[in-house]
Amino acid sequence: MSDATQKGDRVALPVGAYETRANGWYGLWGLIATEGALFVFLLFSYYYLLFHAREPWPPMEMPKFNLSGPGSAILWSSSGVIWVAERLVKKSRRVLASLLTALTLVMGIVFLGIQVEEWAAKPFDFGGSAYASLFFTITGFHMAHVLVGVVILLAMLVWTVMGYFNENRNTVYSIGAAYWHFVDIVWVFVFATFYVSPYVLR
Amino acid sequence: MAEQSRVATITTPNKELADKLFEIWERPHTLYGWLASVDHKDIGRRYLVTAFAFLVLGGLEALALRIQLALPNSGVLPPEAYNQTFSMHGVSMIFLYAQPIVSGFANFLWPLVLGSRDMAFPRMNALSYWIFLFSGIFIYVSFIIGQAPNDGWFNYVPYANKEFNPGLNMDFMSLGIIFLGISTTIGSINFVVTWMRHRAPGMSINRLPIIVWGTLTASVANIFVIPCVSLAFFLLWLDRNFGTSFYNVAADGQPLLWQHLFWIFGHPWVYVLVLPPIGLTADALPVLCRRPLVGYTPVALATVSTMAIGFGVWVHHMFATGLPGLSLSFFSGASILIAIPSAVTVFALIATIFSGKPIINTPFLFFAAFIILFVIGGVSGFMTGSVPVDWQLTDTYFVVAHLHYVLIGMNVFPIVGALYFWLPKITGRMLSERLGMWNFWLMFIGINVAFLPMHLTGLWGMPRRIYTYGPDMGWTTLNLITTVGAFIFAVGVLLLLVNVAYSLKAGAKAGPNPWKAGTLEWATPSPPPPYNFVVIPTVASRHPLWESHLGDSKHRSYVYRGYELSDHHENVGTTTVDAIPDIILKMPGDTILPLLLAIALAVTFVGMLFHIWWMVAAAGFGLLATLTAWLWPRAHLGERTEPGTAGASS
Repeated sequence: MSDATQKGDRVALPVGAYETRANGWYGLWGLIATEGALFVFLLFSYYYLLFHAREPWPPMEMPKFNLSGPGSAILWSSSGVIWVAERLVKKSRRVLASLLTALTLVMGIVFLGIQVEEWAAKPFDFGGSAYASLFFTITGFHMAHVLVGVVILLAMLVWTVMGYFNENRNTVYSIGAAYWHFVDIVWVFVFATFYVSPYVLR
Repeated sequence: MAEQSRVATITTPNKELADKLFEIWERPHTLYGWLASVDHKDIGRRYLVTAFAFLVLGGLEALALRIQLALPNSGVLPPEAYNQTFSMHGVSMIFLYAQPIVSGFANFLWPLVLGSRDMAFPRMNALSYWIFLFSGIFIYVSFIIGQAPNDGWFNYVPYANKEFNPGLNMDFMSLGIIFLGISTTIGSINFVVTWMRHRAPGMSINRLPIIVWGTLTASVANIFVIPCVSLAFFLLWLDRNFGTSFYNVAADGQPLLWQHLFWIFGHPWVYVLVLPPIGLTADALPVLCRRPLVGYTPVALATVSTMAIGFGVWVHHMFATGLPGLSLSFFSGASILIAIPSAVTVFALIATIFSGKPIINTPFLFFAAFIILFVIGGVSGFMTGSVPVDWQLTDTYFVVAHLHYVLIGMNVFPIVGALYFWLPKITGRMLSERLGMWNFWLMFIGINVAFLPMHLTGLWGMPRRIYTYGPDMGWTTLNLITTVGAFIFAVGVLLLLVNVAYSLKAGAKAGPNPWKAGTLEWATPSPPPPYNFVVIPTVASRHPLWESHLGDSKHRSYVYRGYELSDHHENVGTTTVDAIPDIILKMPGDTILPLLLAIALAVTFVGMLFHIWWMVAAAGFGLLATLTAWLWPRAHLGERTEPGTAGASS
């Protein structure tokens, strides 16, 4: 008999969704890979059109940080909040974990609200220019992902409150939290592209 | 309820265990049971049948095109009908047949060759099939109402823009391909995770059948390139419906952005279509040559490196678009470089035949013909990889001949060979050899009569995608020969259908291992039971069933002794590289949720097509509800604390 099974024969194996050995954890990485690729191609389209542009880019005005700055700060710090919440879930600290999950959820919603303001404050509309189309499409794609993340956070909040997770069963929570980190990391690249790169590439 | 951990029982197959597993895994034989099935064998069969139906539809469209082109100034298909027919032919073959058929084989075979009870995500597997079916219907509805895609399978702008193409045609195409892409992505993630986690203990990565390498490589590529084509079509849909300016040159958009996004997807997609059939060949052909594959490691590496280089060749579809010379040189070099791994595979297969004792039967002939067609299609591809040659030949029938040698030769031929080889495992019955020989020779003569002269048609300057030509152009004879070849080929395909029907009705019983093959799927009865293996096998070599035959005394695989795993739906999870068991996975059972989710998605896309936003919103709530039910943590899957134990007791 091969070594592989001999090792497996003697030890007790975890049963069900166990930490990073659960299929769902691997599935999440597949999702992140394909969603990450989507944003790579979105940003590829941005830079492709930027380098072929003949009109001023961005049109009308340079991007402002009055809304996007606080919005970004809130979104990125929410990653830290859920990181702590996940640690608490794994220690079966249900009440505190629920509160911090709820806080992450609220931070996500505030970010979305700020983004809606940001959209309304733009002096151009969807079809005005390639830049405008890219701005609304790419930030829109990201907002859609944040919205999905908010729904996931809501579900995780409900499940945490219901006592579904403890020190042994918490993979579902970790998967949801990892998705939220992904959404926040994507925003780094989107933010850098729309708000920082115009000042650098000018 | 799932306990935290346990030492899995090791046992030998026995009647009680088999009965118990049957009780657990068998689905009810009712309509609901059929619709709710998540068994990979059901899903694989459905994929095969549906993809084959699209092959037949695409084939009928091809025949209509060939009737139109048989003679000059023919009026069988008016220009717009011709545009829609050739576009639907391409879309059917490339999107709805060639990839899904491969998914069909992989779905059926993977858990069997890997020694697993099912795929990693059985419910997502069912979902990917339903989405494939619905998106295929979605696209074909356009054909029925006379508004089918009419801009080829590559949908170049500006012709695809609203301005020049005001009907629903390209909206059907855009949304249909985005819809189908969801299916492909889900299926690909499922294959990758199955490869990582669902292999029999001991099946380290140097012991994988080549079909696993082929499908795995294609799946990894899909995960990265499907978003690109989905995005390209989404931006097209926005341009057409909401006045955005991605491809609109008047507002700083770029028509060439379409070509980049499409071919960044499109060229890896070609390898997605051919690497898994190459894998099927590399597994089945050696069995028919009575020896292991020559050069297993080089072939596996060639498979992976073909795809790696394949990501960097897309611009060879755009040599004539005025890109800088440096860029052309780079992509030309990469396109020519790719001949090296392709040649490795070809020589390994030839060496396998020459050093083996081949049995000349129908599947052998299909696999051997594949090698010949691979070389012809490869050489014409190599030629057009050179920029000056491509400038001469691009947009002529030379390219049409090339791509048909590649796609028919490297997808259809190995697929039909694989059907002769594995259908006995799927249905339990053999196909007729006599009909098979007729089937093979008609298809082989047909493809060469149709497409070998077509190289000349292209060299003589006939452009692609034209609906007719004048009698004075000198293309008449060649076109007539091609049409005759197409019909010979079609009769061959018809005989295949007859053969399958005959086999289902009166074929000889196959038994578990009709070819005396060496891999795990042949250790199961034909057709396999719903749980696949009574006990989980342990693998110690590439050919678990051939070890004594090959005089391999070093390795000893155990097919008839292994993990029992019979507490509801269970499977062992193993590490990715060495396949050492590290978890007992709880698998979900049959459920209707995948079908409901696919229906909700279909309604969403119909709403988007006709701009019925309340319908999109309603379907969105349906999606949300279905997903919530789907993802709700379940105690019996070990996803949450046991009810009543007050999990979090802070």
